[in-house]
Amino acid sequence: MAKMRMNQAISAALADEMRADPDVVMFGEDVAVAGGPFKTSDGLLAEFGPSRVRDTPISEMGFLGAAVGAASTGLRPVVEIMFIEFLGVALDQLATEAAKFHYLSGGKLTVPLTVRASTGAGLGFGTQHSQTLEGWLIGTPGLKVAVASGPQTGYGLLRAAIQDDNPVVVLEPRVRYSTRAEVNVGDDAVIPLGVAARVADGNDVTIVGLGGTVLTALDAAGRAQGWSADVIDLQTVYPWDRATVLESVQRTGRVVTVEENPFGGGWGTDITSVVGAELFGRLAAPPLRITAPDVPVPYGKHLEARYVPDAEYVTAQIDHLVSHGELPPHWWDDGEVGQ
Amino acid sequence: MTSEAIARREQVRTDRVARYERMVEIRALEDRVQELFAEGLVHGTTHTAQGQEAVAVGVAAAARATDSVTCTYRGHGVALALGLTPLDVIGEIMGRTVGSIGGVGGSMHLCEPAVGLLPTFAIVGAGIPVAAGAALTAQVRGTDTAAVAVFGDGSSNIGAFHEGLNLAAIWSLPVVFVCENNQYGEYSRINLTTPITDLADRATSYGMPSQIVDGQDPDAVHAATEKALDHARAGSGPTLLEMKTYRYAGHSRADTAPYRPEGEFEDWYDNRDPINGFRARLEAEGTLTPEQVDAIGHEVAARIEAAVTDAEASPRAGIETMFANIVAPATEGT
Repeated sequence: MAKMRMNQAISAALADEMRADPDVVMFGEDVAVAGGPFKTSDGLLAEFGPSRVRDTPISEMGFLGAAVGAASTGLRPVVEIMFIEFLGVALDQLATEAAKFHYLSGGKLTVPLTVRASTGAGLGFGTQHSQTLEGWLIGTPGLKVAVASGPQTGYGLLRAAIQDDNPVVVLEPRVRYSTRAEVNVGDDAVIPLGVAARVADGNDVTIVGLGGTVLTALDAAGRAQGWSADVIDLQTVYPWDRATVLESVQRTGRVVTVEENPFGGGWGTDITSVVGAELFGRLAAPPLRITAPDVPVPYGKHLEARYVPDAEYVTAQIDHLVSHGELPPHWWDDGEVGQ
Repeated sequence: MTSEAIARREQVRTDRVARYERMVEIRALEDRVQELFAEGLVHGTTHTAQGQEAVAVGVAAAARATDSVTCTYRGHGVALALGLTPLDVIGEIMGRTVGSIGGVGGSMHLCEPAVGLLPTFAIVGAGIPVAAGAALTAQVRGTDTAAVAVFGDGSSNIGAFHEGLNLAAIWSLPVVFVCENNQYGEYSRINLTTPITDLADRATSYGMPSQIVDGQDPDAVHAATEKALDHARAGSGPTLLEMKTYRYAGHSRADTAPYRPEGEFEDWYDNRDPINGFRARLEAEGTLTPEQVDAIGHEVAARIEAAVTDAEASPRAGIETMFANIVAPATEGT
């Protein structure tokens, strides 16, 4: 047990895997000499040397493609995409090459590739550096997508991703890099992919969070008056853990997803459609998705703060759901917007 | 079959007559594949490589089975040259379980890691950085294996080409970039899409050596590739080779190539056909007799027909194959 920020926990996970397996290599923009723009690979160059820890050109298609080739031929590369938006220029290599190689080799090749990327709003990086974009990745058979919610999951999910023989994307909410907590390290702290964690127990509602919204959901549950919530950290968004979510909602009778992405096409649509269909007739209220509005992430500090659902808003939405048994309006639906 | 592929791989590496025979086999298979599509025996699309046989065989002669090779969706020739059998290829095209990956891939998706062939790429340029990555594995592990990326002239305009070459150059990776300049990117002649004539010139931007090679001459392709591979294995970094060649067929099954200038195909076919040229050289050297030429022609034709018959007799890929090999199973102790 040691107190760490999430970026330190990520560095620790990388170091532990690199110590355990000489085939683990790490590369990306400014990850070696500078230790990563968010200090997520601090000290790795000094410990493991320039062959295994490399700075790349600003060239995501090139270095992600090289990681696919390296993974197909025996290495276990970890690449860092500094901001998830930069994956756009390299998506072919992830979704169409890496995710398909096991299939297109008749099972003869595996692609033990880990792609890390920072995501999300909250730090004033503006429209092109603040999206979560997990929606680009989910629904791609052959690819796994996990999202860290803080130091402990940042450590445990990353180690699981590196050990996995499939391409795995681990998304890291940038706003959480500075979150500090006690972290268990070591092999026992590896968090299996595809498994969600119940991080708070309650009776009346199941709140499912992912990445940055897990802390928001916990905060919202802590403010609850008149209801209590199970809070689930989904941890892996593709494939997601149906058993844990369904078990919880069976008890609570209500499901709420808290998403940082715009409403349209968010990961919560998959959760709420499955829960609504599987537990049809047994729910006390309609499934509720709490999301950002269908707009680009704005820059102005007050705008950005409004864009991301905060705990106060989540609590109010759930208050309405529990007391009325019907969906509350989204904040952008009410008369305040446009005035 | 893997063991047969490995044996066929070695033949092309060691024996020039075997290289001639393999070129004849590639031509015959491509012609037969076009017929199979025309006859409606297979569906989807295909991209054949008649006219480019010397590149495939020359590269395969130079590379080792332990070297990794990436190539394009016009990959039947490279696959055969590297050792895949006609049944591996035709079976795959026909969607049969005997195919290279069991019939789930089709014409554009062949693979045999035992002879170095990574999954062939149906996305233009995508194999270029992947080959650099295979070379990275060799460099990190300190082995003397290398990688070869085979791609078309059309790939030289996509970002993956530039990013792949740049990365390979700055990291001095043991990789050889083999550009098959067959003069056409899909339906467009190279002069309409590319402002330079010699794609080898692009190596200058990445500080790597390059060479323009007669892609219709398997000996020249072999020599240039071997030299570049030696350079790579010595730790001196990548090389760009431009193979001047010609695509006899259209881009894909549906394309009859009406856009070609009149007489262009005839000029290449009559004067620079790689099989005719190599046969004439081997005969002049006394390495090959006209009787052997006839015998090879008959054997190859029979081999291709047998592959078609065997593929047709093989089961179609079952529904269960849709669900196989999507996610690699968990392994212990990794």
